Amino acid sequence: MTHDDTGGSVPALRTTRLGKRYGQLWGLRDCTLSIPAGATVGLVGPNGAGKTTLLEMIIGLRKPTEGLVEVFGHAAQANTAATLARVGYTAQNHPLYPDFSVADMFHLGQAMNPSWDMALATGRTQALDIPLKRKVKTLSGGQQAQVSLAMALAKRAPLLVLDEPVASLDPVARLEFMREVMAQVAGGGPTVMIASHVVSELERLCDWLVVLTHGHVQLAGPVDDLLAGHQLLTVPRATSDADLPGVPIHRTDSDRHSSVLLRTSPAPLTAQPNPDWQAAPVSFEPLVMAYLQRPFRASDSGNRTQPTGPTTKVMSR
Amino acid sequence: MFRFRLDGSSGVPPYLQIVHQVRQSLLLGYLQEGDRLPTVKDVSGDLAINPNTVVKAYRQLEHEGLAGGRPGQGTFITAAPAPAPPDASGALRASLEQWFRDADAAGLNDEAVTALIAVVRQDLRKEKVS
Repeated sequence: MTHDDTGGSVPALRTTRLGKRYGQLWGLRDCTLSIPAGATVGLVGPNGAGKTTLLEMIIGLRKPTEGLVEVFGHAAQANTAATLARVGYTAQNHPLYPDFSVADMFHLGQAMNPSWDMALATGRTQALDIPLKRKVKTLSGGQQAQVSLAMALAKRAPLLVLDEPVASLDPVARLEFMREVMAQVAGGGPTVMIASHVVSELERLCDWLVVLTHGHVQLAGPVDDLLAGHQLLTVPRATSDADLPGVPIHRTDSDRHSSVLLRTSPAPLTAQPNPDWQAAPVSFEPLVMAYLQRPFRASDSGNRTQPTGPTTKVMSR
Repeated sequence: MFRFRLDGSSGVPPYLQIVHQVRQSLLLGYLQEGDRLPTVKDVSGDLAINPNTVVKAYRQLEHEGLAGGRPGQGTFITAAPAPAPPDASGALRASLEQWFRDADAAGLNDEAVTALIAVVRQDLRKEKVS
């Protein structure tokens, strides 16, 4: 997929050693990512891991303390029209103007966005039985979320950033919304980044994954590569981590045996097959859970990032 | 038009669920040679899944010789899977039945049988590899 202002191989999103400090505390640090156009990226992390900080720097709502964000090859600059035009966004709290009608919100969107798709916006609210003349403040929380999501989609921006997009929707409404997003992606539509706690849902939606904990990227890459680069190994309890053919990410010890989720890529030279071990492939949810539960070590923060300097108090927000 | 469904809690990766459904539907006659599978975009929008997942499933079906892409027209069922020869499956069934009776007589419950099957299958795979 290409857009008029990009070359074929320009990543949709690139961050280089991106960091944001709040006072003495780093909300995000040393975040280096390169995400190809057309990807649907799941962004996972506990509350306070830095997800919203990262997303707000991507869309130009927050200025980085250090490092660089590029969207389709253009440096994102906080609060400039060109940066904002390239990105569609919904925030967790779905900010809308309470005294505007739904139609007013859509006209505002049209005035502010050259590629605005009014048919898409009104089509969605019609399908959901949300009257255009109702004032925003009289809508339910779920309906407000739908209006906000309709606006993000109707903007037809090449990068769509969704922060907990479906948290306030009932299960049918969530499915309905995700169907619309996936239909757009399948039609050569936007590159999408979705921050969500619903890991099982991300498995269906995403072909790319970023796991963020303690303000650092722990794991990032195409989902298929990540799954191929890990395995679940059952070994005798006495087996030490050092003898395992890879980096143990999560280990559960029983009396006699241990289950280890192991990063095997790149394969270490010392890898020795052992007849007492049983290997099984890893699936999406256990992989994500293993990295979310992994204790944080500043010297070993995942595949794509460099070891950090002598930092880091990371704030919780 | 054929439509897929997805079980989010089955633990089976979504692309494999699609592959399995085509295989099973072929065996049951719900899908037949010449049928057109839904487009990637339709499946993606219908199930709310990533289009690459559908592409991967269709590629796997092509690899297995069950489906083929026709440029500009879509993906079509090209062949029904050859059923196992009835003689072979009959004989295998008989020996399996005997085996299950022996396991029962030896006091193995369902879980023990399942564990044993997994271990033997794993050992045989290892043999093949080495």
